[in-house]
Amino acid sequence: MSRRILPDSVRATHGPKAPWLALAGGILFLLSGLLSWSYDDRILGDLSIRFYPAGIQLYAMLFGVIGVILAVLLLRRPPWLSPARGLRILGTTGIVFVVWIIASVAYQSGGLINANEGGWVALVGAVLLTLAGHLSPEVDIDVRRWPRLSSTLEIVIIVVLMAILLFTVAYTLDIQDGVIFASFLIALIGLAGGLLGTGFGGYLGFIGANNRRPLLLAAFLVAFLFPFTQDGSDANMSIATQVLIFATTALGLNIVVGLAGLLDLGYIAFLGTGAYVAAMLSSSGFATIGWKPPFVVVMLIGAATAATFGLIIGSPTLRVSGDYLAIVTLGFGEIFRLAMFNLDGNNGPDLTNGPNGIPAIPDLELLGFDFGEVHTVAGIPLGRFSNYYFVLLLLLMFVMLVFTRLNNSRIGRGWVAIREDERAAEAMGVNTFGLKLLAFSVGAFLAGLAGTIKAHQDTSVSPDQYVFLESAFLLSAVVLGGMGTVVGVLVGATILKLLPEKLREVNDYRLLVFGLLLVVMMRFRPEGLVPSKRRQLEFHEEDQELSELLQAEHLQAEHLDPEQLEPEHLQGAK
Amino acid sequence: MSAMLEVKDLEVAYGKIKAVKGISFDVNEGEVVSLIGTNGAGKTTTLRTISGLLRPTSGSIRFKGKDITTVEAHDIVQLGLAHSPEGRRIFPRLTVEENLYLGAFARKDKGIDADLEAAYELFPILRERRAQPAGTFSGGEQQMLAMGRAMMSRPQLLMLDEPSMGLSPIMMKRIMTTVTTLQQQGTTILLVEQNAQAALKRATKGYVLEVGSIVLSGTGAELLSSDDVRKAYLGED
Repeated sequence: MSRRILPDSVRATHGPKAPWLALAGGILFLLSGLLSWSYDDRILGDLSIRFYPAGIQLYAMLFGVIGVILAVLLLRRPPWLSPARGLRILGTTGIVFVVWIIASVAYQSGGLINANEGGWVALVGAVLLTLAGHLSPEVDIDVRRWPRLSSTLEIVIIVVLMAILLFTVAYTLDIQDGVIFASFLIALIGLAGGLLGTGFGGYLGFIGANNRRPLLLAAFLVAFLFPFTQDGSDANMSIATQVLIFATTALGLNIVVGLAGLLDLGYIAFLGTGAYVAAMLSSSGFATIGWKPPFVVVMLIGAATAATFGLIIGSPTLRVSGDYLAIVTLGFGEIFRLAMFNLDGNNGPDLTNGPNGIPAIPDLELLGFDFGEVHTVAGIPLGRFSNYYFVLLLLLMFVMLVFTRLNNSRIGRGWVAIREDERAAEAMGVNTFGLKLLAFSVGAFLAGLAGTIKAHQDTSVSPDQYVFLESAFLLSAVVLGGMGTVVGVLVGATILKLLPEKLREVNDYRLLVFGLLLVVMMRFRPEGLVPSKRRQLEFHEEDQELSELLQAEHLQAEHLDPEQLEPEHLQGAK
Repeated sequence: MSAMLEVKDLEVAYGKIKAVKGISFDVNEGEVVSLIGTNGAGKTTTLRTISGLLRPTSGSIRFKGKDITTVEAHDIVQLGLAHSPEGRRIFPRLTVEENLYLGAFARKDKGIDADLEAAYELFPILRERRAQPAGTFSGGEQQMLAMGRAMMSRPQLLMLDEPSMGLSPIMMKRIMTTVTTLQQQGTTILLVEQNAQAALKRATKGYVLEVGSIVLSGTGAELLSSDDVRKAYLGED
């Protein structure tokens, strides 16, 4: 998909200048790192010193390095790479990056006058890079025709990339200043996009698709190693556990929404069911039920209760069209919250302590392992949140397994048929009601499971944790990331949980920013950040190229291991 | 020998409006039976009721001697009764092959791949385009896919709802020839059509429906030569 902003005549006459423009842009960016960006030395980690680049100035220099590399590539014109696309991404993100920093400097030090020459030089550089990207000819690349590496080498590449990922994540989370954090994220998108957009991204996606197992293994290894990079600090681990709970729940919701195509607006209630069951059966002094079974039993009871609620509200509504389900689930979510609010003994039985909720839920203890204590592994202390992190990671793996198994089974094919045309699916012998009910109750079950752990991790449950907004956030994570894919939901959930935590400055405007983000997404990428190919086709039916791509993959898949016949390939940057 | 499909005094209503007003007919094994009639005669409603997508207000449907009046649609497919719905209703964003596999959704045996081959034999164009999203097909190709997909459930009785709708004369001929081929291969066929000429020419038996009731019946040849049919459906006076 090529975007032509400039008219062909301009491209024809000025095209040959593009590499030099790119080179100039890259050098300006490099230079800007040596210049001062801010008159005020107290903000953004001191950008006022010349010839001694700090944080943000270093990021700018990285833009320059990539810019120069792409300029050289553009000069040599290898037929198998498209530096133009990389330059466009690099340049456009570069503009966003520089404008963001200049604006932050102006805002924090009280006036645009405080933005020094470095930012303006970088801005010119970014514009030049973008211009060069738009002037250069597009190269049609097919990564499938790139030389194949030996499988060992491919796995080495995966491992190296995952290691880079681990350190990048650890580094990113260590940035305390919200503005610097955001600028690093923008820089990361630009730098990675600039490099990968040339075609390398597609190639890496291709390598990944050919090595799904090692990739998955390496990804989980990285996730397991993450707490060891935190040196016993709980600050980031607390955020990480929240992200994990959110992601696990969102992935459960994705079975309902993304696979079976059912709109559930009260999903948070199932998480709440699990949490409340765990709280009531815990050994907290405020627990309302005297029975205290072992946690494994509690998990099963919590999940089963949630699934039962799912069946109860699903069976009357799933026979009729989807709109009713959305409204009924919306109502159920509120009923749940109000019921928890009111079951305090004054109205009905005392189960939940009403608005006070159930506090002082003790930490988990499994097989003699106390989740509340700090454990030291290989000299590195792992705190309370790390312990929960590990168990939540296992749960996430379990939910991912359920998700992919269901998706690639006969049941998954039935869901596809229901999503496509429910009437026709019925005529084909698909038990539409049964399959929809299954999706709904499996989703509820998994949320209930996550809820039981959440109760212990939060140490308390109360009705105000389970408001409609939370359901809306979960749904947004699914839509933002990409309906029907695992990776998409993980990305969506991470963005939605991590950014508000790190960007405390914009916390008051959280919903405003979030709403804007969704509107922009729906306009430019309605299929989500990491969509499945099929979803993409739903939104871009007229796209001949995409339809052919789907076809090529289908034909290629015929000659591959059936294990790899999953509809959502890990995609690189497009 | 009892008939493969026996429909008795079938009545179907949408709310207060009766679409089918007590019709009875039989389909014997190996036959091609045509139901013809104009728009709104109740043909599609009849088929949808037989395949379990609609519930009758009264009357009974027996398939291979078993009463299926209240059996769920997905169980009826498993009994060997396939329905190729009106307007083809292929899954537009799935590939041809995925569409065909979904036709075999109700089956759990090992012969599915062999039947896929059979469907490709029947319509070679489907094999050529097996990886293409079905929504990019022409009407005739979609109809072939719809028939191939219905055959994937390995039915004993295949119900086709207006397969010739919106097709060019050549494509229509192709589809109707396939109906005969399927009959020769041992599939019993219940054909619903507005195109009386094409439907009756190949039918062993035919029924004429008018506003919910059967007004005429006989062999295909009899109906074709009947003055009433010629006047009403073939535009002759």
